[in-house]
Amino acid sequence: MAAASGDKYSVLLPTYNERENLPLVVWLLARTFRESGYDFEIIIIDDGSPDGTQEIAEQLEKIYGSDKILLRPRARKLGLGTAYIHGMKHASGNFIVIMDADLSHHPKFIPEFIRKQKEGDFDIVSGTRYKGNGGVYGWDLKRKLISRGANFITQVLLRPGASDLTGSFRLYRKEVLQKLMEKCVSKGYVFQMEMIVRARQLGYTIGEVPISFVDRVYGESKLGGNEIVSFLKGLLTLFATT
Amino acid sequence: LVRVGLVFLLRLLSPQAAMTKLTQWLCGLALLGSAWAALTLAPPGLRLPAPFRQALLPLPVYLLVAFGCYSLATVGYRLATFNDCEEAAAELQEHIRAARADLSRRGLRF
Repeated sequence: MAAASGDKYSVLLPTYNERENLPLVVWLLARTFRESGYDFEIIIIDDGSPDGTQEIAEQLEKIYGSDKILLRPRARKLGLGTAYIHGMKHASGNFIVIMDADLSHHPKFIPEFIRKQKEGDFDIVSGTRYKGNGGVYGWDLKRKLISRGANFITQVLLRPGASDLTGSFRLYRKEVLQKLMEKCVSKGYVFQMEMIVRARQLGYTIGEVPISFVDRVYGESKLGGNEIVSFLKGLLTLFATT
Repeated sequence: LVRVGLVFLLRLLSPQAAMTKLTQWLCGLALLGSAWAALTLAPPGLRLPAPFRQALLPLPVYLLVAFGCYSLATVGYRLATFNDCEEAAAELQEHIRAARADLSRRGLRF
């Protein structure tokens, strides 16, 4: 596949305790981009992980080159939103890819995002687990029920025009992401939802690509009552303010 | 009541960007509510025929129950058709193996 003229894709990887997964994600990203021919860079924003994530990131920088791997760490765990803002300051691409660094998102979908973006000249392309052959691995019935139930309520209340609002595997035009980051105030799941809702308000176009989400940590970190409550609170806030 | 309904209708149809979802819902409910109230509380001279009035009175409850059934059915259907990505998980394991092998070769100390 020939590379498009002039497009560069900056992948933002906020990490916290991802020493195991980081090299694997970077390897997959590098391979995917090399095979597809698109220009890329990977920006690793580590929030002072105690497990040595930064050290392994430095090894990766030596292997792949400091033009492809940019290390922009922070001293403490400061949250996802600020990690994106921090990462974007150093991004030289005109497109930004955000994704999880724990291998739940597979880089193989990025060329599909890019294709979709070019097909419809979209401002945002969002990976969806709920449409087409998108899906999840590693969730039990209860978790799936919570997911579908929450999504249903969100669709009824917000009518967002996108099927997967809490997903965090997306491609944005850089200036679109910058604009949205200025406007978004929520945290956690609701933050990802707010981005899509604000994008619609501002008239940005959103395309969707089915993705598979491989959850390997679900067994250790169950979805707690606290998270559900804060999700509902965030949803009602969005309902009342957008 | 008709006038109230019309005001809400106008607000509903005006630029969507100005209204929050909450406001849209409140206006929509107020519109339907005032229409329903106008028809059920109409003075004897303006009333609809008896069968219509009998159906009209419990209509809000019927609609609520219908929506509840629709919600259950939709969520149930979506739950049942939620794709399980078995091959994706297997493929990931293979990729992990290949990645670790290649990275060791390139000098990464895990």
